[in-house]
Order: sequence, then C-alpha cells, then structure tokens
Amino acid sequence: MSNTPTSHPILDPALAPTFPVAALNVLRNPQLRLNVAHATDIIQAKRGRLVAEKKDWQQLRTAASGIRAHVLENLGAYLEKFEERCTAAGGVVHWAADAAEARQIILEILQEEKASEVIKIKTMTSAEIQLNPFLEAAGIKAFETDLAEIILQLGKDEPSHIVVPALHVNRSQVREIFARTMGLPNLSDDPHALTDAARHYLRRKFLDIPTAISGANFLVAETGSVAIVESEGNGRMCLTLPRTLITLAGIEKILPRFQDLEVMLQILARSATGERMNPYNSLWTGVTHGDGPERFHVILLDNGRSGILSRPVERQTLKCIRCAACMNACPVYRQTGGHAYGSVYPGPIGAILTPQLAQMHHAQSLPYASSLCGACYEVCPVKINIPEVLIDLRAQVTNQERRRLNRFLDPMYLGMKIANLVFARAWLFHAAQTLGRIGLRLFTGKDGWIHALPSLGSRWTMTRDLRGLPNQTFHDWYATRAKESK
Amino acid sequence: MHTSLFITCYNDTLFPETGRAVVRLLERLGVSLDFKPKQTCCGQMHANTGFRAEAFSQAKRFVRLYQDAESVVIPSSSCVAMIRDQYPGLFQELGNQELRDQFAALLPRVYELSEFLIDKLGVEDVGASFPHRVTYHASCHGVRALHLGDRPYRLLSKVRGLAQMPLANTDRCCGFGGTFSIKNAEVSSAMMATKLQDIVATGAEYCTALDNSCLMHLGGAIHRQYASIKTIHLAEILATTEAEGAIA
Repeated sequence: MSNTPTSHPILDPALAPTFPVAALNVLRNPQLRLNVAHATDIIQAKRGRLVAEKKDWQQLRTAASGIRAHVLENLGAYLEKFEERCTAAGGVVHWAADAAEARQIILEILQEEKASEVIKIKTMTSAEIQLNPFLEAAGIKAFETDLAEIILQLGKDEPSHIVVPALHVNRSQVREIFARTMGLPNLSDDPHALTDAARHYLRRKFLDIPTAISGANFLVAETGSVAIVESEGNGRMCLTLPRTLITLAGIEKILPRFQDLEVMLQILARSATGERMNPYNSLWTGVTHGDGPERFHVILLDNGRSGILSRPVERQTLKCIRCAACMNACPVYRQTGGHAYGSVYPGPIGAILTPQLAQMHHAQSLPYASSLCGACYEVCPVKINIPEVLIDLRAQVTNQERRRLNRFLDPMYLGMKIANLVFARAWLFHAAQTLGRIGLRLFTGKDGWIHALPSLGSRWTMTRDLRGLPNQTFHDWYATRAKESK
Repeated sequence: MHTSLFITCYNDTLFPETGRAVVRLLERLGVSLDFKPKQTCCGQMHANTGFRAEAFSQAKRFVRLYQDAESVVIPSSSCVAMIRDQYPGLFQELGNQELRDQFAALLPRVYELSEFLIDKLGVEDVGASFPHRVTYHASCHGVRALHLGDRPYRLLSKVRGLAQMPLANTDRCCGFGGTFSIKNAEVSSAMMATKLQDIVATGAEYCTALDNSCLMHLGGAIHRQYASIKTIHLAEILATTEAEGAIA
C-alpha cells in the first residue's frame, strides 16, 4: 500500500479534470475509500444522536434558515453596518472583489508587517483564493496550525473535506507523514504520541511568529464582532498570541445580531462534528489594547458571491454555514471523497458552490455529480434545497450547450432532443417503442437479457445487464384487453 | 371509486407487468380504472438532466391530459416526486396563470400507488399472498420527497406468508439517479455495489420497491453478477393471490 493518500489532487476548478474522471482515481484506491466511508459513517452517527436529542431541531432549522435568508436579502446594509462597527472598535476593513484582490491586500499587510512567516487557522476561504502558494512565491511561508491542515501541509496533500480536511488520511498514514517530515523515525501511531508530536511542532511557531491569518465562521453586524469555532484550541492560540491578525471572510458570513449566535452555534456544532457545542468558541471585536492582537484587519471577499446573490433559486447557496453535514450524508461523496470535486469545497455544497464561484466557466460536470437523492437537503441545518439548485445549474449547463454548433454530435444532447419530440406525441412514442424493441433485439442474448450496448448504452452495460424489451407494452395490453371485454 | 392510471413511459415500455399488476390489484379492490392512451412521460428525465423547456412541454401535457381526472394513480415514486416538487417551479418560470391554476387543482388528486391504497382507499390488507422472504428498498424519492414512511411496510406486513427482511442503511441511494447512471457510471456502480451488499445480506429472495427505475439498476447488476435474488415491483407482490397466482 502506498503511503501517499492521493496522487497530487488538483483543487483548482479551472485546471481540475471533470468529476467522473477525477472520481476514477479514488474508486481505484480501496484504502482511501475505506478511510472516507469509515470517517463519514462515524460523524454521521454522532450527528444523528445529537440531532435526535434536540426536540426542537426542526424549529432550530427553521430559525437558522430564516436568519440566513434575511441576511442575504439585506446583505449590503448589514455589511456596511459590520464595517462601521468593526472600524469603530479599531479594526481595519478591506473589500476584495475577487481572489487576486484579496491576495494582494493580504500580501501588502504582511509586507507592511515585514513578515516572512505567518501562522494560519484552518480557513477554507484562504484555500479558495489559493493564498498559500501565492505567499510562498512572494517569499512568505505560511504555517498551518489546525491538526488536519498540518497533516496535509507536511504530506503535500490537499483538503478533502471542509470540516475534517484530512478525513481521507488514516492514523498510520499520519504517523508516516509526521515521522518523515518531523524527523521522528520512532514515532508510534498512538493518538497521544501523534498529537504530542504536533504540539511540539506548533508551540515554537505560536511563540515565534507574530502574524496570523484566520477565516471566520460568522461576522456579527450589530457589534462588528467575528466568531470562530474549533475543536483544538490551536485557533485560539492564533487569535490571541500574535501582534497582528488578518481575517479573511466571504461576504455572506454575516449575522444581523449578536443573539443570532445562539441559534447558529447550536446548529453548527451538532451538524458539523456531532457535538453539543464546539470546544472552543472565540469571539472578538476589533482590538483591545494589552489584550490580544494590536492590529486587526478584516478582508470581505466577494469572488463571485454577489453574482450568486442575484439569482433567485441559486441565492440559497449562500445560506451555507460550512457545517459539511451534506458531504457526510452524501452517498456520492462516501464513494469518491473530496478530491474528485476539484475544488476546496467538495460534496453536495461544493457541487453547487464551485461552478457558481467560477461563474459557470468551469466545473460544469459538478452539478451532475449527484444522484439527486436528497440526503443533503434533509440534513442541511439552514435548509438549502441542494437538489433544486443542482437541477437549476444543470439547466444553465444545458443552455450553454444549446449555443454550441456541434451540440447534436453529443449523443446525450441528441437523445434528449429526440426524446422530447417523441414524448410530445403518443403515436410517435408508440412507434419509437416498436423501433426500440426491434433494434434492441440485435443486442438481446438467448437468456432474454442485454449484456452489451454500443455508445452511451455501454455506460450502462459496463456493470449492469438490461432485460430485453417485452414484446407487448402496457398500453397495447390494456387496449387489447379493453377490446376483448367489449 | 374511479381513478386514472398514469403508467409512466418506462413502465409502459420496460415493465408492463407492473401495469398489469396495478390493474389487477385495483380492480380486485373495486376501483374502476381508465387509461388515457395519449399519455407518455412526466418529464423527469429532461428536468433532471437540465432540459427545462423540454420538461415543461411534457409537464404541461400531463396537466392538460389529466385535469378532469377524479384521481391519478402512478406506480412510480420518482415520477410523483417530479410532479410535486418540480412542476410548481417549471410552471412558475415558464407557464401562465391558467396552467398554474389547473395544476394547483390537479395536484391533490395525484397519488403514488401506496398513498392511493392507504390514504385514498384506506386499505392495508389487499388480500395478497406471497410466501417469500422480501426486503423493501425505500427509494430516495419515496423516503425524502413523498415521505411514504411506513406505508409500504404496512402493506407488506398484511401479505400472507411474506417474511419482511429488514434492509440496513435503507435510506441510502442505490446509485441510479437517472442519467447519473450514465454520466457518472463508475460512481453510480460503486454506490450500487454498496447497496447490493446490504441487500444480499438480508437473505431475502426478492428485493421490492415502489420505483422500477431503482429496480432496473439493481436488478441489472444482480443479473450481471448471477446473484440469487430477484427484483419485483411492490404492485406485483400485492397483485399476487393464492387463487390467481403471480402476474405473468
């Protein structure tokens, strides 16, 4: 067995292979599939227990969904309020229209700080803007401090999950990565020994590096506060020890009032990690002299979000609070893990968010990376109807196809257009049934089953037989029977 | 009681025995049936593949065809889910007020088969006999879109001689997903393999469901693998009696 979890996953929607192609890599890696299925089953079961004990879960969901929907309808006003309150409390608010602007703002702050190193709390938004390689090219080394992110950074791997980024890596693989990169050949795979190794690695970084980058779980408009939840306390170190803190947050992370945290923190912890409350909940407002960072910057990132906001069906995508319950529940993710999605946002939420962030220029295979089973919608704590958005995005992809000159060379497109003509007239439908029955006889074996079909049909028969078409359709049988009984 | 049968395009073509079973079952229960010969497809395949305008034309056709029906019974949970969950959005976007009104009037009269039996007819014991070990695959649309709940299990529990074999992870998708099974055939097959492990582990002789599309997927794989289990639509079990035997 190879100790490398995956072969250099590409999480850039512009460069990643399509979902079916990327998924093959994983489907052929039994260890990886086992790791993913095992981990998601455990989180799912924990979530299930903690949701079941909450008798008002559905009311909580309704409240959370309402808060998030209200935010999106009034986003501009709340963002301005947040800017005003955060600035009044001593923070500096920056606005970034896209990834390049956000990266440049962060680089300029770091250069002003004369920083050659920076510590980071797990932030998926920084991965969205591909911050680490950009800083590295500018001569600034970014050190991840979340345990899972350390595993990935040291193992030269990429996150496959937004809450548990190293979910696809098992304990013995972690041991191998730490032993190799930390120079600890005798390290055991005992969890205490592994966390101890990480602690030693981290302590020096916390004490030596005076600049930190974080994401945000929530931005509170009413007070200008930022909230981060985590399980390890390493984030708390990053938020309190450094002199300068830079927080990067998508513009949708706003909550109107401080008391909205009551709903959101309950629903987030139970949905994300199956805990009643996250072990560490950090909340801060601007800067306080003599307590924590003295300089605090917030970068509010758009990067395609306001475009999503303008579409009535897709808008709900931005209600997401990044709990990852959808990916833990997803039977597709369970088989493929996160890397197949070619984006830092995998699973069902990634399948709708990534193509939209790419303004439908990339990742067009992702809306189809779902059997539309609805498990994601059922668990979503803010009631994002993911199947509905998937279907709407598929329509957008089809509309792109409609403008292509060679569209009729695509057997799926051609088949759909022909089927539509056929379904519009019963006589044509019945003629097509007869033609299909005769045509498929060529492929039907002596046992009455079809074992191999050409073209698109081969995608079916590669793993499944198809019973040969019966000689009589139902409507024929019904008509004959009606005639006989007269 | 009178109802109109919408058989669905794929049942008509691929699974006529399911339609024959519905007819036998409902007539035995004293329901008079009609079958509109102009019916074709509900539009689900087009809608789910992103062909909205095409799906709309079929949805409109369905509403026009059935607007005067006393009730409509459909032996396919995913087609009923299409009508309930997707028609409103399609008509909102592409339809006019007249169509929306016609649809709103029709919608409460559209039933999936197990809903029709339990909610409309008020029967659980349909007089069936099927002395076999059977496991029920709760299709995604049956569970999460239609919220069929325990209806299918209640129907099965009243069948003479039938032993229900509980299926683990019963709400997990079998991997069919319509054109998903073609566009993402490999992932679909991996999901199907997981589901088949659970099905085979039940020790059942038959795997049943209220959706022949899942059964086409699972049955096709079972046949390919020479696994010793058969797939059968729930209607065919319910239509089977000691006197009449199984549906041919």
